[in-house]
Amino acid sequence: MTGFFTLLYKELLRFWKVGFQTLMAPMVSTLLYLLIFHHVLEAHVEVYPEVAYTAFLIPGLVMMAVIQNAFANASSSMIQSKISGNIVFILLSPLTYREIFFAYILASVARGLLVGIGVYLVTLIFFDTPLQSPLWSLTFVILGSAILGALGLIAGIWADKFDQLAAFQNFIILPLTFLSGVFYTIHSLPTGWQYLSHLNPFFYMIDGFRYGFFGVSDISPYASFTIVAICWLAISCFTIGMLRSGYKLRH
Amino acid sequence: MSPAIAIKQVSKCYGSVCALTEINLEIDPGEFFALLGPNGAGKTTLISIIAGLTIADTGTVQVMGHDVLKDYRHARANLGVVPQELVFDPFFTVREILQIQSGYYGIQGNARWIDEIIERLDLADKANANMRALSGGMKRRVLVAQALVHKPPVIILDEPTAGVDVELRQTLWDFIRQLNQDGHTIVLTTHYLEEAEAMCNWVAMLKAGRIIALDSTQNLIGGMAAGNTVRLRLQPDYLPDGLKSLEMNRKHTGLRELQFADYAQLEAILSALRSAQVQIVEMQFQQPDLEDVFLCLMKESGNRHK
Repeated sequence: MTGFFTLLYKELLRFWKVGFQTLMAPMVSTLLYLLIFHHVLEAHVEVYPEVAYTAFLIPGLVMMAVIQNAFANASSSMIQSKISGNIVFILLSPLTYREIFFAYILASVARGLLVGIGVYLVTLIFFDTPLQSPLWSLTFVILGSAILGALGLIAGIWADKFDQLAAFQNFIILPLTFLSGVFYTIHSLPTGWQYLSHLNPFFYMIDGFRYGFFGVSDISPYASFTIVAICWLAISCFTIGMLRSGYKLRH
Repeated sequence: MSPAIAIKQVSKCYGSVCALTEINLEIDPGEFFALLGPNGAGKTTLISIIAGLTIADTGTVQVMGHDVLKDYRHARANLGVVPQELVFDPFFTVREILQIQSGYYGIQGNARWIDEIIERLDLADKANANMRALSGGMKRRVLVAQALVHKPPVIILDEPTAGVDVELRQTLWDFIRQLNQDGHTIVLTTHYLEEAEAMCNWVAMLKAGRIIALDSTQNLIGGMAAGNTVRLRLQPDYLPDGLKSLEMNRKHTGLRELQFADYAQLEAILSALRSAQVQIVEMQFQQPDLEDVFLCLMKESGNRHK
């Protein structure tokens, strides 16, 4: 297990050493989103009865920061190692592909959690948004960042250059995030779009996370949990299979 | 005892281009082995296959008796590889890198050995410097250190002295020689054939993905048909008829080159010159070296392939 813990430690140290970029920056940008949307939309949008729009928005923005950072962590670490060639030190070592997988994923979860907690704490300075059932929120943050960590690993392994990684991020991750109900409840959408939103796994992450705040959500948190857990399992198996085959890593 | 490295029937093709064709090679424990060949001969591909960085199309490779695919954990634990490219992780210092690398191999509390490698490779001044701040030569030392953190019984160095100054080359070879004396098997590739000749007791020569020679360094050089060469500047510049058969078809900076099998022949050459009243103005001896063998073999196999 020493090998696994070392790789995990290295991955944690990697983002910790550039904390302004990896931890502070998402806090600032999320806060800006929040202040602007609060100012512009608070009086105009109603989501749930008794839940103000800004309060509704906060969990969405927190989860969005979690998603983006968990993805960025695994994907940028992998592609940087690949392009600079230092991935060779991991590939030469006796680390198993499972150890490699879990080290990258846990580092992503750690960054997701830290950013999530950080963003939430910063919003508390301006808006009082208590958590009704923190355990639900924590569960969805962990599962969500584990899924995004795995997707980041897939993207980092698949992409040969930063441009391809940016494409993965901008054409897959970003639309899935923005169309998952970060800024709105899907009940406000036309039926067709509601149906489409149900096909988006990110929707369940955010909806389940939001349940932890207000005790209300678009669908049952148990259903969301089941769907998100199945997604996590499927994407993890796929990623481990990719690592085992040596796709794009061992020629 | 199983060989340090056993390669059986290994082939690797990229599309229609074959980097390696049916390579068979066994390297015994404790050997100092040179893998030589021109650029593109397949040396690095072969090393990558041994290291598990590349997967062979056919054949098997074992390191200390462990298959590099089926039993990759043990195979890799027994192997240290110094890659040819100057790769590094820009996030960490030299000491951090070595601690992390030890950890990958499951070793905790490796500080004493890390200190020793840092000392032996003259890295002490830079131990706490970030990798980005190091010169090329220093980065090369760190690569060597990284390959040694887990004290592997088999060490492969892919052109470790490429672009490295004389001083480091010396430090490096002293250290590697010491490791070999301590029982580590060393495999290296290099374009400096005098290094290979001085250090290695076995040599494999690769060309176009095939092994064209595999023997002890001594046998390879001894087997050179060319034998010894003596270069002479004569006054007058005239060669007696009896010696013309020995002359090689080339002149070396105005000197005549004569070839002879052993030193007993030298007396006959001198007396023939004396009786023809030809004076020797300048004389140089040259023994065949690995470079001659290399050039000769590359040319021969080139002709064969034509």
